[in-house]
Amino acid sequence: MKIIALAGNPNVGKSTVFNSLTGLHQHTGNWPGKTVSNASGKFKYNNKQYKIYDLPGTYSLISHSEEEEVARDFICFSKYDLIIVVCDAVCLERNLNLVLQTLEITKKVIVCVNLMDEAKKKKINIDLKKLSNILGVPVVGTSARNKNGINELLDNLENTDFNPIEIKYDEEVEDAINILIPYLEDKVKVLNPRWVAINLINYEESLYKKITSYLNYDLLKDKIIKNQLIYIKENGNYNIVDNLVKKSEQITKEVISYENKNYKQKDLKIDKITTSKLFGIPLMIAMLMVIFWLTIKGANYPSDLLFNFFSFLEIYILKFLEFLNIPQFLIDLLISGVYKVLSWVVAVMLPPMAIFFPLFTLLEDLGFLPRIAFNLDKMFKKCRACGKQALTMCMGFGCNAVGVSGARIIDSPRERLIAILTNVFVPCNGRFPTMITLITIFFIGINGNSFLSVIILTMVILLGFLLTFLVSYFLSKTILKGVPSSFTLELPPYRKPQIGKVIIRSIFDRILFVLGRAVVVAVPAGALIWLLANLHINDISLLNHICSFLDPFGKMIGMDGVILISFILGFPANEIVIPIILMAYMSTGNLVEYESLESLRTILVNNGWTITTAICVLIFSLCHFPCSTTCLTIKKETGSYKWTLLAIIIPTLIGLLLCFLINNISNFI
Amino acid sequence: MYLCDMEIGDKAIIKKIVAKDNIKRRLLDIGLIEGTNVECVLKSPFNDPIAYLIRGAIIAIRKEDCNKIEVDLI
Repeated sequence: MKIIALAGNPNVGKSTVFNSLTGLHQHTGNWPGKTVSNASGKFKYNNKQYKIYDLPGTYSLISHSEEEEVARDFICFSKYDLIIVVCDAVCLERNLNLVLQTLEITKKVIVCVNLMDEAKKKKINIDLKKLSNILGVPVVGTSARNKNGINELLDNLENTDFNPIEIKYDEEVEDAINILIPYLEDKVKVLNPRWVAINLINYEESLYKKITSYLNYDLLKDKIIKNQLIYIKENGNYNIVDNLVKKSEQITKEVISYENKNYKQKDLKIDKITTSKLFGIPLMIAMLMVIFWLTIKGANYPSDLLFNFFSFLEIYILKFLEFLNIPQFLIDLLISGVYKVLSWVVAVMLPPMAIFFPLFTLLEDLGFLPRIAFNLDKMFKKCRACGKQALTMCMGFGCNAVGVSGARIIDSPRERLIAILTNVFVPCNGRFPTMITLITIFFIGINGNSFLSVIILTMVILLGFLLTFLVSYFLSKTILKGVPSSFTLELPPYRKPQIGKVIIRSIFDRILFVLGRAVVVAVPAGALIWLLANLHINDISLLNHICSFLDPFGKMIGMDGVILISFILGFPANEIVIPIILMAYMSTGNLVEYESLESLRTILVNNGWTITTAICVLIFSLCHFPCSTTCLTIKKETGSYKWTLLAIIIPTLIGLLLCFLINNISNFI
Repeated sequence: MYLCDMEIGDKAIIKKIVAKDNIKRRLLDIGLIEGTNVECVLKSPFNDPIAYLIRGAIIAIRKEDCNKIEVDLI
């Protein structure tokens, strides 16, 4: 089986090429840094088996951040048969830099110039044949989104016509390289001695360490090499990468012609508005509100339908179970415990998820997210954090665990930790519907003013943003002291979102996955709650015992024991919090006929809920411990229990404090 | 004149980069070296960062970094 790797600058469509080659569905999005770890897949073409890796995007092989290191290490030190360097046709020049760097390591390279359709739209002509002649390796033009050129790329996988150009540096660099090569040849094993020489001259610590551990030999401990290097360094100043940048510029001039020099104008016109002083930030908030409104407005009806469907189904399941002669105890457990929680998780959570997630993905596809980071960077800088944290927060809307691992796009380890520790203040796809449901059933009513719901929800989200900033600032001043580091952020061209594909993919890849997890958790949680409610000690159910134990504490922070238990049981999946609350109330005796969402409000009110309770639950669902998946991800990403614990303590403490304050203020009023 | 002093629409050539290693390499990555043409295209709502057209891509850079890059207007 042949091994292939896809390399390339961030956001050039590597994942799209990967998907069209393998038929898999890696998540794609129009912003740099989408892929943070190697994804791999297998495919067959012309009866040959291939294994292909999708490397995270990197601008050069001198890496800065962890995700770039993943790509660099693969290209430099792994075994493979072919590297496909994917380039962006719209800004080929910068992409060529990586092509040239890769060619210094291996000659087995195919250049895939992707986004040819975008270039065509912008009237940029690229002479691929000439490019192939200059580079000395196969060059294929593709528009991976429309699958154009993919067959040609497949046909070239067995092409071994590699005769890559020798990249000549300035004379003094070449002299220096030639001095070193003879001493390196017998020591660098399969690595290319010329490449090792270049990297000794252009010393970069992390890469050097990797070379040392790969060779199991410290080249600089070799006296001759060390002396030669000292001699070289004394005799000149070597700007290796400058040479490559200039070479790319020269090649680009030969292969590209622009019919319309001002091809950026249309995007810039839009950006002038989306990033303007007056409209920039209001527009972002408005966009968020529109998405919320569509979600709230759109979720009610299917929710009600699902509710009816599940109650309808319940009768038949009950009949079936009775037919099987199962003991009554077990039937109750299955129906009143497991089935009820399960059906509520689906009925209440599925519709908002199914609407919100695709809508948000569309924004992502369009290329709007980097603009948010651009607009907000100054605020992050004030908090001594990185503007790219805005991107990780956006990912958090989908799933906090994804937001946490996405923090790899942040170079500085300090700023990355800040992003990881604060990600939970963005409500994820599991908590977000919890909030919507709560607002709908408690504050507004099903047919109530949905605009008001949007306002409430937006306030909660903005509170989350505010907390993110405050906590980031606080961390930067205390345990994560430091000054903001420098960064560059690319604003990619807007691309027309592939609406149909986005909807289908987000339903199949994300929503069903998340829902599946919730269902898996809901089954034991439902059974547990039912058992607690129906096993009695001294004529009082276990649930009552526990609740009355937790009640005083819960009351202090505006909630009650049932709510606290539900949050704890919701640790593996926040989606089940509201269903568990309702179920627990119903099983403790206040039985209410529930036919629709409307009746849910009655259950809550009958159990002592006031406006204060609802606000406290809202706030607490915004700030409490991250779900188990997120905690595991934090542990994995930070490699430390200390930081994981802190990621749990910080939001929980803030949540408790806020709820305590709200409760006391409302008592006072 | 420095990169951060450019107004929207200004075009310039990079004259000198007096930045520390880390950011210098970042700038190298995006092809910003001495002699590169840049155009100032966008300012964020708080005037920082500022976005430039560099070798066909729009790149945002923070003020602290821009003011270490000398340019000549063209």
